[in-house]
Amino acid sequence: MNFTKLKKKLNSRATVRALIAITIFFILWEIGSRSEDLFGVRFPWIGLVPAPSGVFAAWAGLLGDSSYWASWYLSAKRVFTGFLVAMLLGIPFGLYMAVNRTFNGIAFPTFEILRPIPPLAWVPASIIFWPTAEMSIAFVTFLGAFYTIVINVLGGAKSIDTRFFQAAESMGASQWDIFRRVVLPATLPSIVVGSAVGMGITWEVVVAAEMISGGGSSGGAGGGLGFFIWNSYLGGSYEQIVVGMLSIGIAGYLSSEGLRKLGGYFTPWLKTR
Amino acid sequence: MSAMMKDNESLADKGAIRIEDVVKIYDPDGAAVIAVDHCDLDVPAGEICMIVGPSGCGKTTLLNAIAGFHDITSGAIYLDDELLCGPEKPKAVPGSDRIVVFQNGALFPWKTNLENVAFGPLMKGEMSKADIYDKARKMMADAGLEGSENNYPGEISSGLRRRVEIVRALMNEPKVLLFDEPYRALDSLTKSVMHEALLEIYYKNKVTIFFITHDLEEAIFLGHRLVIMTSRPCKPKKIVEVDIPHPRDYSVLTSPRFKEIMAETKGLVIEEAKKAFEAGEKEG
Repeated sequence: MNFTKLKKKLNSRATVRALIAITIFFILWEIGSRSEDLFGVRFPWIGLVPAPSGVFAAWAGLLGDSSYWASWYLSAKRVFTGFLVAMLLGIPFGLYMAVNRTFNGIAFPTFEILRPIPPLAWVPASIIFWPTAEMSIAFVTFLGAFYTIVINVLGGAKSIDTRFFQAAESMGASQWDIFRRVVLPATLPSIVVGSAVGMGITWEVVVAAEMISGGGSSGGAGGGLGFFIWNSYLGGSYEQIVVGMLSIGIAGYLSSEGLRKLGGYFTPWLKTR
Repeated sequence: MSAMMKDNESLADKGAIRIEDVVKIYDPDGAAVIAVDHCDLDVPAGEICMIVGPSGCGKTTLLNAIAGFHDITSGAIYLDDELLCGPEKPKAVPGSDRIVVFQNGALFPWKTNLENVAFGPLMKGEMSKADIYDKARKMMADAGLEGSENNYPGEISSGLRRRVEIVRALMNEPKVLLFDEPYRALDSLTKSVMHEALLEIYYKNKVTIFFITHDLEEAIFLGHRLVIMTSRPCKPKKIVEVDIPHPRDYSVLTSPRFKEIMAETKGLVIEEAKKAFEAGEKEG
């Protein structure tokens, strides 16, 4: 992005609106948190939440702390490992279910029974059957994204208009051509949507899994932003709890934004709508 | 060969369709809906044959049988005396000698217009890629599509999209173009423009056109012959020669002969539409 473009973006109405909204959000939060000092009455709920000024002060202190960044790194590593494996297995699995009726008949019922089980319900079982805590966290994270990706790919590939197949077949396309040049590109938008949703779920799952599996005590694994939040809670550092929460918000946003950009790159024709 | 055909010397010599006693029954063991009932029709090579009937009368069923998208229950269909489908082989094999221009368009939204137009020859692989794209560019330019080669179909007007689709079809050098109410969704002004453009393309390319429509004005304006169909089951009710010489332009629409043919046929079409309406037929 060049300078004029950046300037234009910063001056755009949407950016100004977003900045004002975020500022007001923090001001109201600050007032709410300090309601007891300011008005002599503690506002319900918000009165117990640490004030943003305190949170940012705590955050500033953590920026130079390598263990804070290690938490980011560990969580991000788990999210991306789980997510990538979910993509690598989920996309072919969904596509194959969409194009092969026999395989669909075999795999879909089992898939549909397993799908409603929340990934977190797998935590105890996966701790039992995976050799390390790290692997069980990665597995649970993988599950979070896998079902969403598969169901989106399957739905996307099944809803392709038959006209496209008929047109391609008339023009002499082979089965492989039809798969590569019709099924795959026609399913791409659904793959992008499924990935974005799956990524969101992955962040939700990793944090919870980290809280459950705990810190360094469990077989050398542990850590991560989820553990960071839990540890701050146990240590009574309420500001750090909020720092951890906001960190996950930012991490999730960055991942989704990155995926959206990547998705846009792979589906250029959608920009024209 | 009709009298009209002789006026036009540039007609194609290939692409004659013969429909012989075709019957199509959907769900023969259950509801047994007769879509096409003992239909006979001869379409000479190079003719623009307009199949006119109300929505859902079964005319698309006939088109799908020719294209090879659906099977027939009995009868036979020939293309230049070669069997497409018949008793031994109820479903024709789709091929690039018969290309369909679909009702809602079937351009691939994920390919640019140029890539769409080049698709057929690329699949066949008989020409080099460079030659294919050269030809595609040239054909697009001939059809007034210069400048939209690198756009996606979603970026151009629906009228232009239809034109791209016809060019994509012609790239396959088909003997027959099968039109399935391609201009149904367009407003009447755009339609007129599209009709003239289609005729222009037709005059330049030797093809037979099998064109399905429920729009009588469109049918008379474009066609050498109108085949007015009965509503489900579908078979020719009356065949009308349109003795207005080609090449035609929009002035035909206000000519006395056009109005005469309109008057001759309107009643027949409306009669079938009423039948279809009373039967509560859905889209077919």
